[in-house]
Amino acid sequence: MRAFTVHQGLVAPMDRANVDTDLIIPKQFLKSIKRSGFGPNAFDELRYLDEGQPGMDNAVRPLNPEFPLNFARYQGASILLARENFGCGSSREHAPWALEDYGFRAIIAPSFADIFYNNCFKNGVLPVVLPAEQVDGLFAAMYAQEGYELKVDLQNQQVVLPGGEALPFDVDSYRRQCLLEGLDDIGVTLKSGDAIRRYEAATAARSPWLFPEVSP
Amino acid sequence: MGRTLYDKLWDSHLVEEREDGSALIYIDRHLVHEVTSPQAFEGLRLAGRNPWRLASTLAVPDHNVPTEKEERAGGVAGIQDPISRLQVETLDENCDAFGIDEIPINDRRQGIVHVVGPEQGATLPGMTVVCGDSHTSTHGALGALAHGIGTSEVEHVLATQCLVQQKMKNMRVRVDGRLAPGVTAKDLALAIIGEIGTAGGTGYAIEFAGEAVEGLTMEGRMTLCNMSIEAGARMGMIAVDDVTIDYVRGRPMAPKGELWDQAVAAWRDLHSDADAVFDREIVLDAASIAPQVTWGTSPEMVAPVTAHIPDPESMEAGTRRDATTRALHYMGLQGGAAISSIPVDRVFIGSCTNSRIEDLREAAAVMRGRHVAQTVKQALVVPGSGEVKAQAEAEGLHQVFIDAGMEWREPGCSMCLAMNADKLGKGEHCASTSNRNFEGRQGFGGRTHLVSPAMAAAAAAAGHFVDVRTLEPVQEGQA
Ligand code: SF4
Repeated sequence: MRAFTVHQGLVAPMDRANVDTDLIIPKQFLKSIKRSGFGPNAFDELRYLDEGQPGMDNAVRPLNPEFPLNFARYQGASILLARENFGCGSSREHAPWALEDYGFRAIIAPSFADIFYNNCFKNGVLPVVLPAEQVDGLFAAMYAQEGYELKVDLQNQQVVLPGGEALPFDVDSYRRQCLLEGLDDIGVTLKSGDAIRRYEAATAARSPWLFPEVSP
Repeated sequence: MGRTLYDKLWDSHLVEEREDGSALIYIDRHLVHEVTSPQAFEGLRLAGRNPWRLASTLAVPDHNVPTEKEERAGGVAGIQDPISRLQVETLDENCDAFGIDEIPINDRRQGIVHVVGPEQGATLPGMTVVCGDSHTSTHGALGALAHGIGTSEVEHVLATQCLVQQKMKNMRVRVDGRLAPGVTAKDLALAIIGEIGTAGGTGYAIEFAGEAVEGLTMEGRMTLCNMSIEAGARMGMIAVDDVTIDYVRGRPMAPKGELWDQAVAAWRDLHSDADAVFDREIVLDAASIAPQVTWGTSPEMVAPVTAHIPDPESMEAGTRRDATTRALHYMGLQGGAAISSIPVDRVFIGSCTNSRIEDLREAAAVMRGRHVAQTVKQALVVPGSGEVKAQAEAEGLHQVFIDAGMEWREPGCSMCLAMNADKLGKGEHCASTSNRNFEGRQGFGGRTHLVSPAMAAAAAAAGHFVDVRTLEPVQEGQA
């Protein structure tokens, strides 16, 4: 996994609450058996005026001129500013894959849905929770200034504003460590292989119906 | 201090606690379907890893399978959409290659993964159950710790049989009293979401309790737990009682003989202790709940069928008003209009929320002697599994639907997320027994209204939403 330490980049808005994963990547694109290539279809229904299908040439599709990610000023954005409960709904990891593939490295919102939040960490995308008033402030500052950039610093757990002000954020230490080092967390868990085997042996003795393959 | 049901399930699956506050949790049952697994299998291959414990894993294709009889008859090779076909084929190949048990497309046991798991006894009380699908919360109805995971975690569970987890907080939703006749588990689920909001359960494991919950059948409990995720909670669960044990007894994969007795003795402890403390508790009065209909693009945008659509004009400026305005625009509805005035173009009875035998019985009870309204273009009834389909046919329910002008389909997810050919046209309103009314969920530009099976049937007959409790009994022979 790609490590994340500090990232500075252009900020773009997703200014609505309860953005669900169906909206981030519609189901017709879930038919892919690959992990990459979802970026051109991120927010497909908002971004294009026609109905998107896998295999289409997205470069020639009509863009929705009212959707902010299509505005010239947000091209190249790598930090998404969002509202509460971002990423609710389906557990599809295609959502962070699509955001990552689009070019987003961090998402800032007052709250995230649990499964989506977790999925982001597995894909080198950092979800940052800030208090709603601070997010309101960031939206206002971003709208007011073209080219508005933020620095997201995972090492020091803070979002740094253009003026140098730092907004601290929380993140649990296991996820933080995996992301900072770009760890393969399956490899980390496999180091506990002996503990897993001990657990299995004890459970098979105590609750044998859970291990029909080893019970007589 | 006493422990909650969630605490007990957590404790009994703890492999290792880490200094940083995370824990390694053992997974007893891993259910797999075709959409969220291909990249996980590919990851295993790339890393040269093998599944840790084959016996825990059970796979079944459901999201992409066609539900139309003729297309279905051709099996995997007969799936017309080449991309859907590739996904189902890929699941078959991966299961073969890694030695994982799979219930294939036209096996009688095939169906929606969350219907199949409990039905086959693959889900048992006291288990940890995961699947790359957010509605895995369904299985919590059996007193299991069950939640959805992403594809990276599917790979993690395949490779290690464990997940790295942070413990959730405990929430209890207690529903006192009894549901009125005509009011179902689906209405209860929607009323709870209306009360706490789609993010109300974020960060919590929810336990549903109280007289109304205890009074639900196993099917009803699964409907309720299924929609926990729509309240923001990854998992919902219900204590084990006689209803649970009677449901599990005799299922193909359930323990037998002496093991059964041993298991039941252990399962009897799967409830919160009397002195357990919850971080948050919500109390609802069952008697006050009416049949529910969603009017917007989020499950929390819901109202009793007797009510009116909220009017953004009368709301204070802010995100809620903006969201309401945007939702009504998408739905093509007017604030202030009666819910019962919303016309219905299509009807979908199915999905892992409401496609079990009891759901079909409820819908059939309303449809018997009635006919789908002329203005309704299509009404689909899609059983949740081959077993449900066979049972419904044995009871003659399919004939009730067919006589009423509905289509009786093969099992699968179908129009719940429209990954196969079953979908809404742009601007069409659908009375749907599924769980998500998000924009475009059932088809590009489609407008979903979530309801119970009985309410969906009533809407099919009327051509618009009606209070199922007010339907006049149909006059007919002995039926
Ligand atoms: S029926 Fe719908 S919600 Fe349930 S698993 Fe299938 S697609 Fe997901």
